[in-house]
Amino acid sequence: MVTGIIGKKVGMTQVFTGEGDLVPVTVIQAGPCTVVQAKTPARDRYAAVQLGFAPQKESRVGKAMRGHVAKASKGPFRVLREFKVGADAQLEVGQDVRVGDVFAVGDAVDVSGVSKGRGTAGVMKRHKFSGFPGSHGTHETFRHGGSIGNRSYPGRVFKGKRMAGRLGNERVTVENLQVVEVRTDQDLLFVRGAIPGACGGTVIIHKHHGSPRRAAGAGAANG
Amino acid sequence: MNVIEGIEAQQLKENQPEFRSGDTLRVHVRIIEGEKERIQVFEGVCIRRSGGSNRETFTVRKTSYGVGVERTFPLHSPRIDKIDVTARGRVRRAKLYYLRELSGKAARIQEETAGSR
Repeated sequence: MVTGIIGKKVGMTQVFTGEGDLVPVTVIQAGPCTVVQAKTPARDRYAAVQLGFAPQKESRVGKAMRGHVAKASKGPFRVLREFKVGADAQLEVGQDVRVGDVFAVGDAVDVSGVSKGRGTAGVMKRHKFSGFPGSHGTHETFRHGGSIGNRSYPGRVFKGKRMAGRLGNERVTVENLQVVEVRTDQDLLFVRGAIPGACGGTVIIHKHHGSPRRAAGAGAANG
Repeated sequence: MNVIEGIEAQQLKENQPEFRSGDTLRVHVRIIEGEKERIQVFEGVCIRRSGGSNRETFTVRKTSYGVGVERTFPLHSPRIDKIDVTARGRVRRAKLYYLRELSGKAARIQEETAGSR
C-alpha cells in the first residue's frame, strides 16, 4: 500500500480514549487523494505513486499540468506529492486513496508541514538562548546573545554562529506521533500531539520510519 | 458547525445533573483493578467548574481524616459513572478557593432555601 497521504490541518482538541483517558489530538483532513501517476520498477527503477490532493480550478493551471493530470480524469489538484509504495501495491492511475487504506489506529506516523512564520526573532526565541539576568546590574541587554567570538584571532565570526533572524516558515517534521482515531467516512485522522503549521495548512503524513513507538499503547498504565 | 465542534459535541455526555460551585456532590467513579471494575464514591463540595465543551472539569473538595483532599474530574469522562447532587449550597463566589483556608464549623456552606439564591 501507499506509505503516506496528503492532508490539511483542521485544528486541535481533546478526545476520551476507550479507557477514559483524555488525550490531546490534532485533527487532520487526510485525503481523499487520487493517484495521478504510477512509477514502476520496470520503467522508473523504483515503485511509487504521485498523489493529488484538494481540487484546483482548471483555469488556474497551465496546459502542461492539465496534460499531466488528464489520465486520472479527476481535474487538477492544488498539491501533488510522490509516495513510495510496497511491492504488492495494486494502484492504478485515477484510483482514490482514502485515509483508512493507509493508516489504522495505533500506527506511528511522521507529519511534515510548514511551520508558522515568526518573522525576525531574537536569539532567545530562535535558539533558546538564556539571555541575561533580570537584575544584578544588567544594563539594557536582557535578551541579547552575548559575545559572538574572539579578537584579532580569528578576527572573524565563525560560520553558522547562531544569531537573530528569520524564524519559522520552514518545513518541519514531527516524528513518531500515534494515530488515535481514523474516521473513514469523513476522511479525518486524529494524531496525538501537535503538528507543524497553522490550521488549514497542508501537511504530509508518512508512516513512521525507524523503530516503532515505545509502548505504543500510551496510557496503558494508571487506573 | 465546524469539524472540531462536531467532534467535541460527540464526546459530551447527556443527562448531566445541573450543579454549580457550593453544591455537595457524590461522584461515582469507575475504578478498574486488573480484570475487575468497581465503583468508588467521592463525596464533597464542588469548589470550581472550569472549561467548556468536552474539556469542562469540576473540582470536588472533602476533608478526609482531617486532611483536605481535592479531586478534579473531567465532567464528560467515561470513568464517571454518575454524579448525584445531595445539597445545593448558597455561595457568592464561582470559585470557592477560600474554603482551603477554613476548617471545621467555618468551612460549612449554608444550604440553599427557597429564594435564597
